[in-house]
Amino acid sequence: MFSEMFIKLWQNGIIQKGIWETIYMTVTSSAIAYIIGLPIGVILNITDKDGIYPIPWLSTILGFIVNFFRSIPFIILMVAMLPVAKFFVGVSLGNKAMIVMLVIAAAPYIARMVESSLKEVNAGVIEAAKAMGANNFQIITKVLLPEAKPSLIIGAVISMVTILGYSAMAATIGGTGLGQIAVSYGHQRFNPDITWCCVFLTVIIVQIIQEVGTWIAHKSDKRYKN
Amino acid sequence: MIEFRHLSKTYKTADKEIVALEDINLTINDGEIYGIIGLSGAGKSTLVRCINLLEKPTSGKVFIDGKDITILDNKSLLELRRTIGMIFQGFNLLDQRSVIRNVTFPLEVSGVSMDRARVRAMELLEIVGLKDRANSYPSQLSGGQKQRVAIARALATNPKYLLCDEATSALDPNTTRSILDLLKEINKTMGVTIVVITHEMKVIEQICDKVAVLDKSKIVEEGDVKEVFINPISDIAKELILPKEGNNFGIHKGRKVRLTFRSEYSGKPLISAMVLECKTSVNILFADTKEMDGGIYGHMVIGLPDDEKEAERIIAWLKNSSIEWQEEV
Repeated sequence: MFSEMFIKLWQNGIIQKGIWETIYMTVTSSAIAYIIGLPIGVILNITDKDGIYPIPWLSTILGFIVNFFRSIPFIILMVAMLPVAKFFVGVSLGNKAMIVMLVIAAAPYIARMVESSLKEVNAGVIEAAKAMGANNFQIITKVLLPEAKPSLIIGAVISMVTILGYSAMAATIGGTGLGQIAVSYGHQRFNPDITWCCVFLTVIIVQIIQEVGTWIAHKSDKRYKN
Repeated sequence: MIEFRHLSKTYKTADKEIVALEDINLTINDGEIYGIIGLSGAGKSTLVRCINLLEKPTSGKVFIDGKDITILDNKSLLELRRTIGMIFQGFNLLDQRSVIRNVTFPLEVSGVSMDRARVRAMELLEIVGLKDRANSYPSQLSGGQKQRVAIARALATNPKYLLCDEATSALDPNTTRSILDLLKEINKTMGVTIVVITHEMKVIEQICDKVAVLDKSKIVEEGDVKEVFINPISDIAKELILPKEGNNFGIHKGRKVRLTFRSEYSGKPLISAMVLECKTSVNILFADTKEMDGGIYGHMVIGLPDDEKEAERIIAWLKNSSIEWQEEV
């Protein structure tokens, strides 16, 4: 049922390597994007006119920058950001460069996710913290982030799945992973079974990320503890 | 002592100004339980938030223990807030923190070590009767229990003042009673001055020493709860004490008289005496008695007989008696 090509790829460990590269790119860029996106999301939330530290102009400018990056289709962003990748990792091709692209694309997305998670925190609880004399930093670290934790985890999972999807375009700039295998071995050499195999593997990875993430979010949410 | 002097608060929206408070003058003495009552939208929530400056007054002053708090810098303001506890209608507990860690929150914020904070939190949970629920989460508690945790949390830093913003409005009557009893006990044993915001007269009657009636951004009446209850002057106070809805004054077309009973003679059968002596009957349209400070106070509205002579006999009898009364229109 499998083509010769598939068997060859499997025996040479190319598919296994592809799985690993996809996971590696996804996890690394998600982590870096989160480190950048989280503080931006917090700033977006607190500087909003209804936030705990309103600075409307900053919120507007930051919001505009975030929207700007979010509105560029990923494939175009990738090409446009080649010099940026070169600046950060020394190369504009390959998986390292791809990670830079993924971070640039995902950080603004994560910032919005974080912002909306923090918006869900009950305003009354923030008011109570203020009444207890908490300063803004304490409100962020002791109220906003911990109270939003389950929602933040869900947001992180959604972002990670999106990044995984983008990582399939790595082949465009000479990167590897399941996407590249599907394109160069499956599509270009007329082996639909390889393409479908890559699709299937991607689906499994997505399912695992989603299920594990949802489980952690639920487990950490004390609102449902019985 | 909390003093408001010519306090006003106006909200600006895009197209108009909304007046929330207008020239409020009020003094709340130490050790009192002070009630502020009004209908929703009267400005009472804004008023209580001016005590810890969650709302900044547009003009006027707020003095706490003689100090003008409206001119405090940010750091002093945070310190001030740590000496004023507050509880809310929606409890506002941190859902992701256990009960004990909710109570330690204000202590963590003020830089108290976690060990000391935990000891203090357990003392407070004992006072509010939830020592055994220390490791539960808010979602596992009933409304009354949540408010007890909120009270423990508000008292953690040993505040001199406790602000209660509609603290019992989300609770059933029995739970309301037990929370109010707890507040009264805290006032007595710890000497905490309590400011109670409510739209329910029964809350005021049950625990307050003094009351201010707020209507359309202004204080329309103020004084001892007993005095205001027995002799409400403003329309809004009358409305709150003698609710127009749900009574059946309307079934009596003739003249009506409202009698006010004070402790001294509330044990005597006055209506019987009146009926026997005047040799006529009256129709009781409304009656309500309250226990305040161990005494009984009450209102009764009676419908006079249709016969003018008989009605006059009753009026004459009332004039001769020591009962406080007035004719209702």
